[in-house]
Amino acid sequence: MKNLNGYYGQWGGAFIPEVLHETFRQLKDFYSAARGDPAFWQEYADLMATYSCRPTPLTAADNLSRHFGGARIFIKREDLNHTGAHKANNVMGQGLLVKRMGKGRVIAETGAGQHGVATATMAAKFGFKCTIYMGEEDVMRQRPNVFWMEKLGAEVVPVTTGSKTLKDAINAAFRDWVTNMDNTHYCLGTACGPHPFPEMVAWFQSIIGLEAREQIERQFGKPPARVYACVGGGSNAMGVFQGFLDLPGVELVGVEAGGEGLETGRHAARLASRDGSPGVAQGYKTMFLQDDDGQMRTTHSVAAGLDYVGVSPILTDLWEQGRVRFASATDSEVMAALELTMTREGIIPALESSHAFVQAFKEAGDMSPDEAVIINMSGRGDKDIFTIANAFKDPSWQQFIIDKGKEYEAER
Amino acid sequence: MKLSAEIAQVSARKDILLMTHIVLGYPSFETNREVIAQMVANGVDLIEMQIPFSEPMADGPVIIKANQDSLLAGTRLNDCLNFAREMTGTHDIPFLFMTYYNILFKYGIEAFCRRAVEVGVQGFIVPDLPPEEGADYLKYTRQYGLAPIQIFAPTSTPERMSFLSEAGGGFIYCVARRGVTGTQTTFDEEFNNYIAQCRASTDMPLAVGFGISHRDDVQALIGRADIAVIGSETIRLVDRQGAAAVGPFIAGLR
Ligand SMILES: Cc1ncc(COP(=O)(O)O)c(C=O)c1O
Repeated sequence: MKNLNGYYGQWGGAFIPEVLHETFRQLKDFYSAARGDPAFWQEYADLMATYSCRPTPLTAADNLSRHFGGARIFIKREDLNHTGAHKANNVMGQGLLVKRMGKGRVIAETGAGQHGVATATMAAKFGFKCTIYMGEEDVMRQRPNVFWMEKLGAEVVPVTTGSKTLKDAINAAFRDWVTNMDNTHYCLGTACGPHPFPEMVAWFQSIIGLEAREQIERQFGKPPARVYACVGGGSNAMGVFQGFLDLPGVELVGVEAGGEGLETGRHAARLASRDGSPGVAQGYKTMFLQDDDGQMRTTHSVAAGLDYVGVSPILTDLWEQGRVRFASATDSEVMAALELTMTREGIIPALESSHAFVQAFKEAGDMSPDEAVIINMSGRGDKDIFTIANAFKDPSWQQFIIDKGKEYEAER
Repeated sequence: MKLSAEIAQVSARKDILLMTHIVLGYPSFETNREVIAQMVANGVDLIEMQIPFSEPMADGPVIIKANQDSLLAGTRLNDCLNFAREMTGTHDIPFLFMTYYNILFKYGIEAFCRRAVEVGVQGFIVPDLPPEEGADYLKYTRQYGLAPIQIFAPTSTPERMSFLSEAGGGFIYCVARRGVTGTQTTFDEEFNNYIAQCRASTDMPLAVGFGISHRDDVQALIGRADIAVIGSETIRLVDRQGAAAVGPFIAGLR
């Protein structure tokens, strides 16, 4: 995935205010130099091997395979990456670049909080100052991650404008950047935004696909028939897909947030629904969920990390070419797939990742046992304990929270 | 008359021109109407009307809130276009649209230019559209006789300024400092050097905006810039004291 003018078909570009022109020029220069320097990738791979548990395993999910009685299901375990999601891959790569650029502060947006935690972790390790912008609604949904970001030394700024979710956090981060660009790098968390971010983030995430390709060939003897990944902005999907793009026989499936169902309009399916249309916002051109005037709509998903109006321009191009198929999973399907995966495999996928499981589960039974599928498990679900416990209406958890609340109340 | 010629004509009579800014539909079109009448009666020379957008990436808190509240109140693009037609028919000064690129893109760039001419608007300020991405935009604004106003920033190199000037029309909007709209700017040595660089890079008139809110700011720009841009301050004023406060405020700036 390398395209110097930042266009993938008709999608992408860099729609940035003039004040950031020089900052982007510098970023593109450092990125190009790093990309052309094998020592940079080696340094990155070494860092990920010694700090972040790479390569992450590819787990054969034999109980699930038996349950569905079709294809052999493999799970790529990004949950075992340090900080519990694929987000660290991108963040550590950008951190190394920030060191090369000689900047001392990083900022980031976060939805689920995983990218925020990863950025705060990287900042702690590399000695950068760190500010994280997070929509107020997501602060409420993902409180444990806010706690960790703050403990790691980052400042977390709740964003109260717009829909108070991921897109608004991105706007807030850009507003910080246009003021503080001299010493600050904006560590964008997904394969979206102005060039070179989509390509650069996809590059760092390609480590997932590189490993998965080698692992499946070793463990299964041949490439998989299908690869499934959830799609928020598109970084984990781009990461794993890149391992298989050159194999036309491998079907790549992106799964978006179906929310309460595509027919309700309360979803975040930009490509899998008919509600998306071409637009330009947040610095790039892609399919957005917007109204006829070009105003962005509010999206909905149980998974904060998928609750976003736009999608990677690289994926939009692959979708348009017919190389990546798109599907969606509803909130309730996600809860069912999560429960099944926990009880059958002892693995707890994040709500975001569970979307990919839903689609794989819908299809695996119709496939043959000599075919394999890979589900990219982008992150672990224990961060979602409040949301998951709430969705399961778990009585003992509720009692625990009530008791804990009383205890804190009494201490005050 | 073309925007640049009109500006030159007024500049011959005044030390500095004033351009003001409103967000369409905030707090309401009725208030916009009254505020614009006050502005024009008190000598404002140009008005930029911001078509609200859900993602105003380059704006600060005051204008973000105005964008958001306008959209919440139900403002549609068509309301903005109709209101613009009414204003250009009522007041004899140039009006511009300021908005983000998606509004034009979604409407269709040529169609939007045609509509803008119909409603009597003379040019556009689109902060998220660099010339590199704006081939169609530059083509159609030219074709329809609209000014594609370009923006200079303190981070722009001299080469970049020349390039932007080539692409632009009407005047150059010089962002006075880094950051977003709505906070104070200081007019120090660095600022003077910046404006001198802007001047050396273009033959077009220079407008200076971002953080211009007092008589002192406007005075400080005389001799340096051709147009002083008052942005967030009138929105703040209308929020606090109502539309009637705008007239005396404008009258006191020069
Ligand atoms: C675990 C997890 N998976 C997926 C996503 C979605 O992002 P992307 O589509 O960039 O992989 C997020 C985003 O926060 C996440 O935390």
